[in-house]
Amino acid sequence: MEQKTKVIAESGKQEMLITREFDLPLELLFKAYAEAKLVEQWMGTKVLKLESKKFGSYQFEKKDEQGNITFSANGVTHEFVPNQKIIRTFEMENTPFGVQLEIYKFEKLTDTTSKLSMHTIYESVALRDQVLQMPFAQGLNWAHNQLQEVVSKLK
Amino acid sequence: MNLRRDVFQAIADPTRRAILLLVASQSMTAGAIASNFDTARPTVSKHLQILTECELLEQKQNGREIYYNLNAKKMKELADFIEPFRKLWDDRFNKLETVMKKYKPQK
Repeated sequence: MEQKTKVIAESGKQEMLITREFDLPLELLFKAYAEAKLVEQWMGTKVLKLESKKFGSYQFEKKDEQGNITFSANGVTHEFVPNQKIIRTFEMENTPFGVQLEIYKFEKLTDTTSKLSMHTIYESVALRDQVLQMPFAQGLNWAHNQLQEVVSKLK
Repeated sequence: MNLRRDVFQAIADPTRRAILLLVASQSMTAGAIASNFDTARPTVSKHLQILTECELLEQKQNGREIYYNLNAKKMKELADFIEPFRKLWDDRFNKLETVMKKYKPQK
């Protein structure tokens, strides 16, 4: 089965392309990025601010049960063309990943399907590779902790 | 036969990861592996079968015994670091799709 979400990250480049085909009409796909309430639902973060327009800015935040902030990100929108394109910066606060430039292209495939291309440019090749490896490292970490748990029960 | 079984699905299970860790240091028989777990023997056999099907484990006949050892090549493939990243975005986009399918525009 072909994968719906594809990640293209050539080695030695500071950019990455993520594409995804959606079982959604173009207008609905675009709306998911443009409306705060919807972004909150699928991103699972609180949207403190989302100005969906040229020169607008946004702020996302996530807290744990104790109220500590576990994720905060912000950026500025450089271009906002409904149902076609969004260009924005993205920065995860308190991380070493720097600012990235995101170019989103929204395309209609059929009346009920659409495609998103997300082109991201990082400050350096090293930073891009770090971002790419983060979920892998977390997964390993998690697997390792689980293993330790299992192993400690073996004694 | 189920060769298309997803490797990542195979290692999502903590017992299976523990099995991989066990045989990483030495080849072991199914019995020796099972003796490390509280789980019933047939359950361990099932785990071994899954790990063998997705080629993370290899079987070697030694006399009357079958030994299991780690398939290093497949483990390396598993270490493809982009896959967890792709999975993260895939999950996120699946969520988007679900949310928007339920979305009713106010007219």
